[in-house]
Amino acid sequence: MIRYSLKRLLTAIPVLWIAITVCFFVLRLAPGGPFDGERPLPQTVKDNLAAHYNLDKPLVSQYLIYVGNVAKGDLGPSFITEDFTVSEQIAIGLPYTLKLGGLAFVFSIIVGVSAGIYGALNRNALSDYALASLILAGLVVPNFLVAPVFQLIFGLKLEWFPVGGWGDGSVRFLILPISVLSLPHIARISRLMRGSMIEALNTNFIRTARSKGLSDRAIVWRHALRPALTPIVSYLGPAASYLLTGSLVVESIFGIPGIGRYFISAALNRDYGMVLGTVIFYMVLIMILNLLVDIFYSWLDPRVRTQ
Amino acid sequence: MPSGLLRLVYAVALTIGLATSLQATTLNIHNGGDPSSLDPHKLSGDWENRIAGDIFEGLVTEDINAEAVPGQAESWTVSDDKLVYTFKLRDGIKWTDGTPVTAGDFVFAFQRLLNPETAAEYAYLQYPIKNAEQINSGAITDLNELGAKAIDDQTLEVTLERPTPYFLTALTHYTAYPLPKHLLEAKGADWVKIENIVTNGAYKPVEWVPGSHVSTVKNENYWDAANVKIDNVKFFVLEDETAALKRYRAGEFDFLTEFPTDQYEWIKENLPGQAQVAPYAGLYYYVMNSTKPPLDNIDVRKALSMSVNREVIGPQVLGTGELPAYSWVPPGMANYGEPVYVDWKDMAYGDKLAEAKNLLAGAGYSSDKPLKVQLRYNTNENHKRIAVAIAAMWKPLGVEVELYNTETKVHYDEMQRGIVEIGRAGWLADYNDADNFLSLLRTGITHNYGRWSNAEFDSLLDQANANTDLKARADLLHKAEKIALDDSAAIPIYYYLARNIVSPKVTGYANNAFDIHRTRWMSKAE
Repeated sequence: MIRYSLKRLLTAIPVLWIAITVCFFVLRLAPGGPFDGERPLPQTVKDNLAAHYNLDKPLVSQYLIYVGNVAKGDLGPSFITEDFTVSEQIAIGLPYTLKLGGLAFVFSIIVGVSAGIYGALNRNALSDYALASLILAGLVVPNFLVAPVFQLIFGLKLEWFPVGGWGDGSVRFLILPISVLSLPHIARISRLMRGSMIEALNTNFIRTARSKGLSDRAIVWRHALRPALTPIVSYLGPAASYLLTGSLVVESIFGIPGIGRYFISAALNRDYGMVLGTVIFYMVLIMILNLLVDIFYSWLDPRVRTQ
Repeated sequence: MPSGLLRLVYAVALTIGLATSLQATTLNIHNGGDPSSLDPHKLSGDWENRIAGDIFEGLVTEDINAEAVPGQAESWTVSDDKLVYTFKLRDGIKWTDGTPVTAGDFVFAFQRLLNPETAAEYAYLQYPIKNAEQINSGAITDLNELGAKAIDDQTLEVTLERPTPYFLTALTHYTAYPLPKHLLEAKGADWVKIENIVTNGAYKPVEWVPGSHVSTVKNENYWDAANVKIDNVKFFVLEDETAALKRYRAGEFDFLTEFPTDQYEWIKENLPGQAQVAPYAGLYYYVMNSTKPPLDNIDVRKALSMSVNREVIGPQVLGTGELPAYSWVPPGMANYGEPVYVDWKDMAYGDKLAEAKNLLAGAGYSSDKPLKVQLRYNTNENHKRIAVAIAAMWKPLGVEVELYNTETKVHYDEMQRGIVEIGRAGWLADYNDADNFLSLLRTGITHNYGRWSNAEFDSLLDQANANTDLKARADLLHKAEKIALDDSAAIPIYYYLARNIVSPKVTGYANNAFDIHRTRWMSKAE
């Protein structure tokens, strides 16, 4: 297993390098630079800024300098938020995103799996349909609409939770953003879970268990759950990488200092260092998460291990 | 100090801070974007100015009406030829670490600002100082040639290139703040890190969480600390204005520096007296590329400008009642009086349209041979609404408009390179002087996006800026403005409005033409 993991991580390096290279050059194709704006700068100032950030050098040497620094673990300066380097900004924002995304991840799994099992056990009953429609609403209504509506209802009218902000990071500040983040994942997980649970309940070994006279609870928990979880696990990789990289919408509406907004704002600002930094960070994160999912997968389904 | 001991001191200070914060007042400001830095030489936005102006203070500073009043300088004298300003600093002014603020700190800051290596975006604001421009452009390399000298620790002498009536106002700007020389020499570029920075304003920064907020606390070393009433200020980052309004309604913010314009009616009705909308020294305009057909034809430019129905843009298209602009310089600039207005300002809109049609016909455009133009704007809901409205206003003239929008960076990059037929732009005054706006139309400067050029106009501006008599200078500038308007150099559309929402709990706020509201003057009832 360790050898397998190491091999996987090693093959990731060339992939990462290709991504950096493509990203580096594609970024420079976009018109406009980090120092263009409503107020044009005097030429001397522009030249000095360019020299400061090595932008006056030929593109290829800029690229070599950058890749050299990345190899040493230095993601370089941010062109826009000058008081912080790219690594510092990611380091500051990451704990917020991890806490929010991690809680939303756990919450999505618990609620999604429970709702899915409930639906499978009560399939085609009125309550199954009611729950399914409610949950699907969370998938089809986009979060930039759900978030302000939640703020209005639960923050402003009912005054149950603060409308926005991180505050001291306590739960009451987190409930609204977590709910908004989780809704689409709860919907997907519960649909997957319901389907795979129904399938599992129809398999021969469950029929055997039933004929042995086992209780419904024992059947679901001891026998059906594990095989039914496999499709969920394959969904957890993408879900985790989505949640742990932060969400621009949720962060900007609730005013949470995570890293999701860097995805968009850095690109719009032509903050070359920040864009590349986030790309590298996300790629590494996604590779690790996919690896974890594969490891978990083999634990869950012994057939994967023997292959 | 060993780091363990330091931590203990922090912990104790924090506990004391928490204990006193129970009765301390905190002003929560919705400030929009994240500052790019706390270094006054690295700033460019009004959201950065709000923080910088609370934590630093120049020789002169802004009062509640954004007029220049003594700041770190207690008094000053001006020589008869208006070239030499001698400032006397206040007794006992200190940085937050207790080191005295000296004239040397000001000289150091001016030299650093203008040093081309600093690459300060706004250095040009201090070009009135002797040799500033040559130093900034690299023509003079000895920083000591700059016309700012410390006579002694408390006396600063500033020599100007030429008499400049707005120089004192320019000194309120963040480019004129002093810097802690001792700290910059000790820490280099790291001086500005939140754990190192020392400041000389009414507040000092204590925390910065990018994407969330910058916190400041009252500076007990500040010379006027006895009159500073608010203890803590939190400048919140939140780009979503609708969410900010909700947080204001929930009492989480006391002060919004912007609000969604489409909710103005609702705000007026439901939060009476809290929306503060006031004229702002800024112009929203369209440039026209006068180097290429069809807009090199003055009649075509005039027809397009005349047929913009400015009266409906503010009240109906935007909904916040921006005032229609018929002049190039917004009203209210110091020493300028009434601006010059276009001579067709008071015509009925129907007559303007008829005249515009005639002009276009004279230029050879008709319904068979329609005028086709491309209108560029940077992607934004309000810019789009205005562009659509103006395209509709031009339609009766038989003008076919192609609307073209790009993100801000691309928009300005292309405008600067002259890839534009008609393009949106806006300008907010940096200092209280008409020259600020007229200079936008000077030949050969990068932000003259329309490339309009008139030798007489340029020469009038030069003459005006060399003239020490304020009245004569204003006359010359008026003449220049008239030339630009008669030639339809660009299309002024509306004068900007500042939009704030201020809680009834906050007092000491006044609307002003520069939208500058220092916390020092405010108080908050709990």
